[in-house]
Amino acid sequence: MLAKRIIPCLDIKDGTTVKGVHFVDFRDAGDPVELGSRYSEEGADELVFLDITASYEGRKTFVDLVKRVAAAINIPFTVGGGVNEIADVERLLNAGADKVSINSSALRRPQLISEIAQNFGSQVCVVAIDAKEEDDSWICYLNGGRIRTDKDLFSWAKEAQELGAGEILFTSMSHDGVKQGYPNKALANLSSSLSIPIIASGGAGEMSHFKDAFTLGMADAALAASVFHFGEIKIGDLKSYLKKEGIIIR
Amino acid sequence: MKVAIIKYNAGNVYSVSHALQRLGISPIVTDNKEELMASDKIIFPGVGEASTTMQYLKTSGLDSLIVDLKQPVLGICLGMQLLCSHSVEGNVDCLNIFESRVEKFSKDSLSIKVPHMGWNTIKNLQTPLFEGVDEDTFFYFVHSYYVPLSKHTIATCNYGLSFSAAIKKNNFHATQFHPEKSGDLGSIVLENFLK
Repeated sequence: MLAKRIIPCLDIKDGTTVKGVHFVDFRDAGDPVELGSRYSEEGADELVFLDITASYEGRKTFVDLVKRVAAAINIPFTVGGGVNEIADVERLLNAGADKVSINSSALRRPQLISEIAQNFGSQVCVVAIDAKEEDDSWICYLNGGRIRTDKDLFSWAKEAQELGAGEILFTSMSHDGVKQGYPNKALANLSSSLSIPIIASGGAGEMSHFKDAFTLGMADAALAASVFHFGEIKIGDLKSYLKKEGIIIR
Repeated sequence: MKVAIIKYNAGNVYSVSHALQRLGISPIVTDNKEELMASDKIIFPGVGEASTTMQYLKTSGLDSLIVDLKQPVLGICLGMQLLCSHSVEGNVDCLNIFESRVEKFSKDSLSIKVPHMGWNTIKNLQTPLFEGVDEDTFFYFVHSYYVPLSKHTIATCNYGLSFSAAIKKNNFHATQFHPEKSGDLGSIVLENFLK
């Protein structure tokens, strides 16, 4: 049986790991390669490294980091941040990444999704969506949540799938960092209306939140950062708990 | 021991190379005929689309070279599918080492998500490739097309239906999963191939 995946996410700035709470206020959480290796040994199913550096120098540092991760780690990993064109994707894949996630660049130019899918296959293309619940709808945001768009989460996710996305990584800005659980209703809606895997992101505070994302939210994978980085939840403990709860886990 | 990874326009050439380096082996990555023929073991990786990749192999002459290899060969993912007779991906004739026809997962009739992506269990494991690997252990898969069960199947996986997780015929071995991304168990499979 296909297992539900647990994915620690590492935000990288200038070569080190940071984690934003509500996208601001960064706290240092250590060396990315060391942290990634530790997660892999603890049983993480995949890793995500997001480059939040803006400068050109920082981007070069990130590619070097991707190479070091690829040499050290024997599970799949996704990288994202600053991917605007095919050349960026190619550079990251050549450095050893398995998948590339795109977010604002895809919203600005949806054709980028099909270009990636055609050149490297859908499995490479993770479309990350930051959305906020406003009244009764979910609205997509650009630039790490700083710019509001007029796109609806569900129609954009569907469009991304049709263009060739291999997975949707959905971060709820309303839930991220507040540790009250994932947006299970929205997740279930995404999961049942799409035919590609859905990764839940934003909101994990305790182990039951992961279970809920997989059962109520029907998510295929759950991503979290700070609960892992600061040792609040150990991946080994989380996986034992989920197995006991009847979730299929590696 | 000389280990070669066939260099072509596939996505995971360097992942496989890194995996071997972690096992203490320094593989060469090459498309040079003499270098490949002189190697003791050969890995044929693959991430990509079947018909364009077959076209590339034909243009470069690698197609006839691969078919003639006498040393142990390990195909991975698309590498496995290209060793079969035909793929519905781009409706293309492949290398025909295995008589199987590569089919596509039907998300509608099987009620599954496609691609099949993530960690799934394998069973009916045959040695020596799976020496030291327990039944129902997890390996990492990413694919939308699959090789049906056949007399050459040496491991099975279930995703909507049962398909070949690994196949073997004479000197040709192949896995649908990615041993280079399957953690410590994947390393065991690679080590078994290199023994």
